[in-house]
Amino acid sequence: MRPGVSLNDFSRTDREPLIHLSNADLMPLPEPLTDKKDDPVSPALSEECRNRYECGLDDTCAVNIPQPKSPQEEERLVAQFLTGLEKLFSAANNWTFLQPLLLTMEHCTGCQTCADACHIFEASGRNELYRPTFRSEVLRRLYFKFVKHGGLFSAWQHGDIRLNWPLVARLIELSYRCNLCRRCAQACPIGCDNGLVAHELRKLFSQEMGIAARELHDQGSMLQLKAGSSTGMNAEVVKDNVAFIDEDISERTGIEVHTPWDVHGADVLLIHNAGEIMAWPENPGAFALILTLAGVSWTMSSELAGYDSINYGLWYDDAQFARVALKHVEAARKLGVKRVVLGECGHAHKALCVVADRMLTGEFNVPRESSLPLLRDIVLGGKIRFDPTRNDFPVTLHDPCNLVRLMGVVEPQREIVRALCPQFREMEPHGVDNYCCGGGSGFAIMSGNNFSDWRFHVAGRRKLDQVLTAFSDCLDPATPKYLCAPCSNCKGQFRDMLAYYDLWEKNRILYGGLVELIVNAATDVKPGFIEWEWH
Amino acid sequence: MAIAVYLAIYSGLLVFLIGCFLRIREYSRVPFHLRWELYPVPHEAPQYAAHGGSYFESAESWRKPQEHHHVREWAAMLEEIVFLRSVWESNRRLWVSSFCLHSGLYLSIAAAALAAIAGVVPAHAALIPVSAGLATAAAWIGITGAVVIVDGAILLLISRVREPGLRNYTKGADIFNLLFFVATFGLLIAGTLVSGHAAATAEIVRGALRLDLSLPIHPLLGAGVVCASALAAYIPFTHMSHFIAKYFTWHEVRWDDRRMERGGALERRMAENLQYRPTWAAKHVGADGQRSWVEIAAGDPPQEVRK
Repeated sequence: MRPGVSLNDFSRTDREPLIHLSNADLMPLPEPLTDKKDDPVSPALSEECRNRYECGLDDTCAVNIPQPKSPQEEERLVAQFLTGLEKLFSAANNWTFLQPLLLTMEHCTGCQTCADACHIFEASGRNELYRPTFRSEVLRRLYFKFVKHGGLFSAWQHGDIRLNWPLVARLIELSYRCNLCRRCAQACPIGCDNGLVAHELRKLFSQEMGIAARELHDQGSMLQLKAGSSTGMNAEVVKDNVAFIDEDISERTGIEVHTPWDVHGADVLLIHNAGEIMAWPENPGAFALILTLAGVSWTMSSELAGYDSINYGLWYDDAQFARVALKHVEAARKLGVKRVVLGECGHAHKALCVVADRMLTGEFNVPRESSLPLLRDIVLGGKIRFDPTRNDFPVTLHDPCNLVRLMGVVEPQREIVRALCPQFREMEPHGVDNYCCGGGSGFAIMSGNNFSDWRFHVAGRRKLDQVLTAFSDCLDPATPKYLCAPCSNCKGQFRDMLAYYDLWEKNRILYGGLVELIVNAATDVKPGFIEWEWH
Repeated sequence: MAIAVYLAIYSGLLVFLIGCFLRIREYSRVPFHLRWELYPVPHEAPQYAAHGGSYFESAESWRKPQEHHHVREWAAMLEEIVFLRSVWESNRRLWVSSFCLHSGLYLSIAAAALAAIAGVVPAHAALIPVSAGLATAAAWIGITGAVVIVDGAILLLISRVREPGLRNYTKGADIFNLLFFVATFGLLIAGTLVSGHAAATAEIVRGALRLDLSLPIHPLLGAGVVCASALAAYIPFTHMSHFIAKYFTWHEVRWDDRRMERGGALERRMAENLQYRPTWAAKHVGADGQRSWVEIAAGDPPQEVRK
C-alpha cells in the first residue's frame, strides 16, 4: 500500500483528501497520446466545493455531501448509517440481494485476484484507494463489528475499523468510484462481488440516509417518475420531437418514415433511452426506418416512462428501480403488445430483462428482450438489401457491460458488423471479458465539480487505450474511423472522452450506434446516412 | 494415548459436520434474491456458451424452453475445483501456492477416505491384501498430500507477508490459519517418519473406526492427528469454508439464469418476498413497516428534499 493510504486512514478526521493523483501516476496511453502534455491536467476542486462538501477522499467530488454543522449532526448521521447497515443485512429490507452480499462479506480470502481485473485500479496506476477490495474491506469490517457484534476475537479474525463521520462520508464518495461493471466478480475464484458491494452501499445511503448522486436521483429516477423521462420530456414533447426526427430521416434517406404511437396489439413495443431522442436523433430515426423497411408491427408508447427505458434505480436504489420497471411493464400491458424490445441502452436491458425478471410476476411478466437479435435477424434475413462497401471504413465495437457480461448478448451485434463492415476489428479483450467505457453506473451523466475529469482520466482510461490500440494502424486523420457503441450511456462517455482528448479533430475518430451502420449500408437508402461531423 | 486421539477425531469430525450444516442452513434460508448472473454461464445451450452468450441472443427466446446443459456445467465446476481455473487465468502469481494447498487437501481427504475403507474391510484372510493395499495407498497419497500442503501454505505465507497487495488485507487470523496448516501437516509428516513400529495414520483411522484402545500411537503422530481434527473443526467457522460458499456464489448467483415463468415454482417463491415490509427511512422510499414491498414498488415516491 502506498504510504499514507491505509484502511485506518479512512477514519482520519481531517478533511484533506486521502490521495492526490497526478497524470504521471496514471497508466500510460498509447499513440497518439503518449506525450504527457496531450493528457489535460485535471482542475482542482473549487474552494467553495471544498468548504461546503465532504471532499476527503480524492481530488474529486461526485455526491456533494454537505459538511455537518456540528459534532451532534455528525453523530446523528453516523447513527443513521448504522441503522441502515443493520437493514442492509436484514431479509425484510434487503431480500433483493442479501444472499450474494452475505457470501461476499463472509468469504473473501483477500487473495486480490480481482485487482488486475479492475480497469479503475489499473488506470489509476494501481492506487490502493481504488483497489476493488478496499471499499469491500471497509464494509466487511463494519459488518463483523456492528452487525455481527464481533469483539476482540472477531477483530483478530476479520480486522478492526474505527467508525466515525469522516469514514461514512468517504465511503459514500468511494461507492461512486466503481462502474459496477463486475469484471472483478468475474475473476473472483470464490464468487465474491465487489461491484455488488458498491451497489449495496449506494442503496444504504439512498434508502436510509437520502443521499445519492443528484444526477441519478433528483434529475434521474424522480424526474422520470414525475414527468415520464429523465430528460424532462413529457409525452407531448417527445411525440413532437419524434415527428421531427421522422421528417428529417425521411428527407435524408428518401424513405417515408412514420413512428407509430400507442398501437394496441402491436407485435413490438420499442422503448428507447429518451436521451437518444434529444442527443442522437439519428438513432431512433434509424430504428424507425429499419423496422419500417422490415415490415415489423411495432409501436412506441406515450405512457408515463413508457417512452424512456432508462432505470437509474438499477445503480443506487431498489425502490426506484422497481417503480420504473413496473411503469415500463404497465405501458406494455396497456397496449397489449406481444413483447417489449429495448433500443440501444445497456443498463435498460439489464434492468428490465434480467434484474427485474423475478419481481414481475403473473400478468406483469410481459416478454422483454433486446433489439439486437431482432436487428441481426433483419440484417441477415434478406428483407433489406445491403451494400457493405458503404461502410468501408475502420469500425470497432464496444461491448456495453450490461449487455454482454451481465446479460450474455455477445454475438448478434458482431454478426451485424461482420456482415456490414468490411474493416471491422475487435478490441482486445472483448465480449464477456470487455472493459467498461468508464461511464457505467451513471458516471456518463455525472459531471458535477471536476468529476468528469476523473471519469476520463481514470474510469475511461483503459477503454480509451483499447480504442486507440484498435485503430493504431489508421490513426491518420485522413481515414475516418467509427467506434460503434450500442448503448446510450457508453455513447455519452465516448462523446465526452473523445472530445476531451480532441480525438475527432486530430484523428477523426467518430462514435455512434449500431443502427446507424445498418442504415448507412442499406441500398434503398440515399448514400451517406452517417454524417462525418462531430456531434 | 489412543483414546485421546480417537476422541479428537470424533469430536473434530462432529464439529466440522455441525459447522458445515450451520453454514449451509444460513445461506439456504436467506430469501430468494433478484437475478444477478454473470456471463459466461456454462450450462447455456452450446451455440451461446461457446462465446459466453445467453438465450437472450435469440429473438423471442421466451417462446422456447430454457435449456440447461448439466454436463457442461459439471465440466466447468471440475475445472474450477481441481485446477483453480479462475486463479490460473486472473492471478497466475498465486496459482502455484494455491494449487499446492488445495490439491494437497484433496489428496489428504482421499487418503483419509482410503484409510477409512481399509479400516472397515472385514478381517478375513482373503481380504487382508486388499486392506493392506488400501492402507499403503492411503499412506503414500497422505504423505504426498501433506508435503504439498506444507509447501503451498509456506508459499502463501511468504506471499502474504511480502506482497503489499496481500499484506495489507491480511489479518492475524490469516497468518494463524496458514501456520495451523503447516504445523498440522508438518506434525503428520514428522510423526509418520518417526513412528517406526507404532501405528501409521491409516491404522489410526482403522483403530478409530473399531475403537481399538490397544493401538500404539507415536506421540508426534498422535499430536498431528489431534491438530488435524482441530483444524477440521475450526474450518467451518472461518472464511476457509468457501467450499460451501462457492456452491451458492456460483450456482445461485453467477450461474443462476433461471427466468420467471407465469405460475412457475420461482413465482411462488418470489410471492413471499414481495410481502416483506421494509423500514428504510429515506422519505422517497415510503416505507413505514406497514406497507409491503410490492405496495411500495407500485406507488409513486413521496417527494422529498435531498441533501
